[in-house]
Amino acid sequence: MVNLTLNGLEITVEKGTTLLEAAKFYGIEIPTLCYDEALSPYGACRLCLVEVSKPGGRSKLVSSCTYPAMEGLVVRTHSERVMKARRLLIELYLATCPSSKTIQDLASKYHVTKVRFTQKHEDCILCGLCVRMCEEQMQAKAIGFVNRGAERRISTPFDAKSDECRLCGGCIYICPACRLRCQGPNEESPVCNACLNLSPPCLDQYDDAMCYMDPCVACELKIQK
Amino acid sequence: MEEKYQDEFEEFLKALENGEVTAEYDGKEISEAVCPANGSGKGDNNEENNSIVSLLQEIQKEHHYLPADVLKEVAEKRNIPLMDIYSVATFYKSFSLEPVGKHKIVCCSGTACHVRGGKKITGEISRLLKIKPGETSKDRLFSLETVSCLGACALAPLVVVDGEYCGNMATSRIESFLEERLPLQKE
Ligand code: FES
Ligand code: FES
Repeated sequence: MVNLTLNGLEITVEKGTTLLEAAKFYGIEIPTLCYDEALSPYGACRLCLVEVSKPGGRSKLVSSCTYPAMEGLVVRTHSERVMKARRLLIELYLATCPSSKTIQDLASKYHVTKVRFTQKHEDCILCGLCVRMCEEQMQAKAIGFVNRGAERRISTPFDAKSDECRLCGGCIYICPACRLRCQGPNEESPVCNACLNLSPPCLDQYDDAMCYMDPCVACELKIQK
Repeated sequence: MEEKYQDEFEEFLKALENGEVTAEYDGKEISEAVCPANGSGKGDNNEENNSIVSLLQEIQKEHHYLPADVLKEVAEKRNIPLMDIYSVATFYKSFSLEPVGKHKIVCCSGTACHVRGGKKITGEISRLLKIKPGETSKDRLFSLETVSCLGACALAPLVVVDGEYCGNMATSRIESFLEERLPLQKE
């Protein structure tokens, strides 16, 4: 067992637990894009950043999905520094892939209302979820990363239909970029923010760490109408 | 199992455990370092990738590029997922999935070489060989490539012909220079 401080709370978790799992266990929500309980953590999206420090030491930002809980660690999941970095990340993701509902929802949730970067319209954010899904859950390894740097993308060997692929659809199921935004893929404005005006159906409201249900019920109801 | 094969079989198992077993391709050993028995599974991903690199290097040495069917065959024989091989093959610049020419001409387009007229040299070579940078001639004799700095800026502008570094190139002597080394065809 390891003892650490989470947002001022003294907690004890089992050895080998990641900070993300610890926070989740204690009911603190940390946004993620490339994490899934059933897959090995990957640390690609950096959205799960938290601030950690040893007593007396300097604090640093680490990705909580890959960072193991350590004795005496002081963790802050919603500090000002974390929120600033997280908002910037969401803004960058909005600039990359505005057609994704997952990202639009995050933007509304974290009050990201404008994009200051060159607008792109990618259909992949390279979170690697599909690759891990294919390998770890489907035991297929039909897709993977090819090329590197700016040309990095997901593909099959030789960009041809893979023999290993059983068309299970697991990759599409888990893809955060494939969840199209409510207005469809061709919406002009890069930020939707429709959920921003709804007051979430929670009792208490905090600016940074909101506790409303995910996906937001109020928002879903409005779409169905 | 027959009596006389028993020993052999046990020996083989031992070798497999020690990772000494090697597969063959085209009757030749590809690389001793690779064995599906060691270094598979998660965690030692790096080791696995390293062995793929040496494997690909061997193939590239043999064929001058990485032919798709050879990669597929190797993947099957070695029990390495084809996706892993393809990922590594596309990751490194030094591997080519397309056939390249017999002679490789590399022009430096780094800062120092650019300042000293590297672009003109590239243009001239490109004119002489009738191929653009990044292309291979139809007869598969020449490939022209540009790189950003070869780390020998004092010799700028730099041209590398089949691994031979030739510094202080000048447009005026490039033709005779290439003729000395390459089977250029004159019109
Ligand atoms: S969820 Fe931790 S980096 Fe993506
Ligand atoms: S710029 Fe050409 S060798 Fe450095």
